[in-house]
Amino acid sequence: MFKTIKTSQLQLFAMLAAMLLIVVFFSFATDGAFVSPRNISNLIRQTAIVGVLAIGMVFVIISAEIDLSVGSMMGLLGGVAAILDVWFHFPIMLTVLITVAAGLVLGLFNGWWVAYQKVPSFIVTLAGMLAFRGILVGLTNGATVAPTSSSLAIVGQSYIPSGWGISVVSLLCLGLVAKVYARRKARHKHGVENQSAKFEYAKATIAVAVLMGLLFILESYRGIPTPILIMGGLILIATYVAKRTSFGRRIYAIGGNIEATRMSGVNVERTKMLVFGFNGMMVAVAALILTSRLGAGSPAAGNMAELDAIAACVIGGASLAGGVGAVVGAIMGALIMASLDNGMSMLDVPTFWQLIVKGMILLLAVWLDVKTKKAQ
Amino acid sequence: MKQPLLDMRGIIKSFSGVRALNGVSIQLEPGEVLSICGENGSGKSTLMKVLSGVWPFGSYEGEIYFEGDLVKASSIRDTEALGIVIIHQELALVKEMTVLENIFLGNELGSFARLNDEEMHRRTSELLARVKLDILPDTPIRELGVGQQQLVEIAKALNKNVKLLILDEPTSSLTTTEIEILLNIVSELKQQGIACIYISHKLEEVLALSNWVTVIRDGDHIDTRSVENLTQNDIISMMVGRELDELFPREDHDIGDLVLKVNHATAKQAGAARAQVDDVSFELRQGEILGIAGLIGSGRTELMQCLYGSYDGHYEADIELHGKPLMIRSQRTALEAGIAMVPEDRKRHGIVPIMSVGRNITLSVLKQYSSWFGTVNEDKESQDIDHYIAQLKVKTASPDLSIKNLSGGNQQKAIIAKCLLTHPKILILDEPTRGIDVGAKYEIYKLMFALVKQGVSIIMVSSELSEVIGISDRVLVMHEGRLKGQFDHQGLTQEMIMNCAIKEDTANV
Repeated sequence: MFKTIKTSQLQLFAMLAAMLLIVVFFSFATDGAFVSPRNISNLIRQTAIVGVLAIGMVFVIISAEIDLSVGSMMGLLGGVAAILDVWFHFPIMLTVLITVAAGLVLGLFNGWWVAYQKVPSFIVTLAGMLAFRGILVGLTNGATVAPTSSSLAIVGQSYIPSGWGISVVSLLCLGLVAKVYARRKARHKHGVENQSAKFEYAKATIAVAVLMGLLFILESYRGIPTPILIMGGLILIATYVAKRTSFGRRIYAIGGNIEATRMSGVNVERTKMLVFGFNGMMVAVAALILTSRLGAGSPAAGNMAELDAIAACVIGGASLAGGVGAVVGAIMGALIMASLDNGMSMLDVPTFWQLIVKGMILLLAVWLDVKTKKAQ
Repeated sequence: MKQPLLDMRGIIKSFSGVRALNGVSIQLEPGEVLSICGENGSGKSTLMKVLSGVWPFGSYEGEIYFEGDLVKASSIRDTEALGIVIIHQELALVKEMTVLENIFLGNELGSFARLNDEEMHRRTSELLARVKLDILPDTPIRELGVGQQQLVEIAKALNKNVKLLILDEPTSSLTTTEIEILLNIVSELKQQGIACIYISHKLEEVLALSNWVTVIRDGDHIDTRSVENLTQNDIISMMVGRELDELFPREDHDIGDLVLKVNHATAKQAGAARAQVDDVSFELRQGEILGIAGLIGSGRTELMQCLYGSYDGHYEADIELHGKPLMIRSQRTALEAGIAMVPEDRKRHGIVPIMSVGRNITLSVLKQYSSWFGTVNEDKESQDIDHYIAQLKVKTASPDLSIKNLSGGNQQKAIIAKCLLTHPKILILDEPTRGIDVGAKYEIYKLMFALVKQGVSIIMVSSELSEVIGISDRVLVMHEGRLKGQFDHQGLTQEMIMNCAIKEDTANV
């Protein structure tokens, strides 16, 4: 029985178990305040920013590169969005479009240096980390750009009307079950063995239950927060890109063995540059959520956010050696990090302890991963 | 009865229910050489890992007695302490350190604070003399050739008071002279009473060197025989379990019109004094197998890289494909023009190890299955994968298995499948059978003939002269970047090729 479970599935289980442990622990420690609808709503809203960053970052890591510039880039793009909104009173759609386009350009800029000029991504993005922050401080003269308009607040602060929320989630659940069914049928047709039938349906059932439970909890507070809906949409798109498209396939191949991929006729340079471009767009989305939530563009915004994103990916099973990783894992990683933050804040744990605990958790997660891989 | 040095009894080793070794027993006296033969994946390496302690006592069934005592090793350190030393195919020397430092790595003489340099120097010189290596103890490893490094490994083993030396495919990357030196040294060690287990695909060496030959097939111990009256064909038929009527199954095929014309191909690394490919011109016809021979470093691989657009220096060549000029700037242009290549270095350039067999096979042609958005039609994809896995007889439990779990021969077949999916007009095979067992070799040859009958043209680079002669229609010989000779396979001998490849002046071009 156990032999049929693959490493990736084992990893998912381990993460779910860790998540459960954290939830149970903080629930007891806070007398149930941790699992109150209000706090859960807060918690997953906090996850949104790191989660969206992690979606972009996980592709970079799968391709065996790294992006240290995302924190500064998020600050810069958030600042740009705030300036367009506060100083120039641009309509919200235009602000969003320009910010995302700017993210794409900055990402492609990073990617061009890495892919075509062969400068190691660590250096390119370290340079970006410094330069982007510098540009931000220069643009804003080191002052906070505030207050942002009420229309920009929609992105990060609003909630979805309950009717809409319920229909979206129900549709999602139906889609999930249909997908599992269709996949099993397709495999059956090809004579591929379907031994883990129970496992697949169990997984789908758990996912549906979690989604429904979450919906119930969120609805009993204020509804689904808009940033979560945005993140959810991006998770779906990114997972699809990673698993079902030739672009995603090539990213995994490049991370697995770039030379062999090049010999197979894949344009590895272009693919790499596009990965950084995609990452830039994700950073832009995160930046919009951040600025909207803060109601301001701050010159210090997004400081060290790249480390949270990288930690989320790594806790979620991505390997810095490349070729391994998944969007869902990275999101789980982000959720684990956010839960720790949130729970410890509720318990009034001093900030220094929070940092120490997060550091230890990161180390522990990777150590466990190394151990289990060795055991096989 | 005299007590044997090594006595392995009924070794059984399973990996998650699959038996890799199914009751193998070997015995060895001091001063004897036992060769272990078997196809890749037959269990040779597993047996050596059991013996050397990589798989610790208790993880296998059966017993190992060394000098009469039951071995309960839990790691390589334990077996090394007993005097069992294994030298792997991939050498384990630190390139940036000197010969002396490597030989005493982990066993430095002297105290923690102060090393006894004089004594180590003296011992190193002694050891180097024993392996007939005329170098200074202070030479850095990176300045040595592969063959010399192998000898340093042996010296390192001798320093540990080795009683049983295990050599795993020691000659697969050595030149003929280096092989000779190595074999001489093993014979001398034999006379000094050191026993040796020798693993090799090269049956001539096996017969020349061993007292005993053990054949393993699919984990089963087929037989152990004395080399007296044993022939290469006996070993091969035990290895593959069937009689191979011939090693090279040449089949008649028609050779058609001119397909490819290469004029004045030249390739040079930036800043290098000598061109790696120096003004080479040749032609290729439809349905032809063109063999390219030459020593390592003669520019064969570089010439192929120019044709495939993967040369990493500066190169130029006038290439005509079907009479039309073609500029090959990258691997992509080559593939689009119908030129595919199976690279020489399978691990570095061939496979993406952690990806599945199926996904490796379709990596070059993902576009064929992609919609406008790039969505891969996995139904269509897996049909092709299944088809090629069946056609090329790639032995894999499932197309979803990581390709790194396959044996070298099956990996190679998967890479060939990847090339065939691009429907090439010209297929370049660079050392297609290196490190591959006899059975898989035979299948690859069969496949080559099937392809040329379909009108594909093949260029095969190979260091194995018997293969070049046995398979090619025409043979080009390269020497120091230049084309030295051109032969028809009729009446061609290994000596003729060697003469052409080594000597400075030959006519016949």
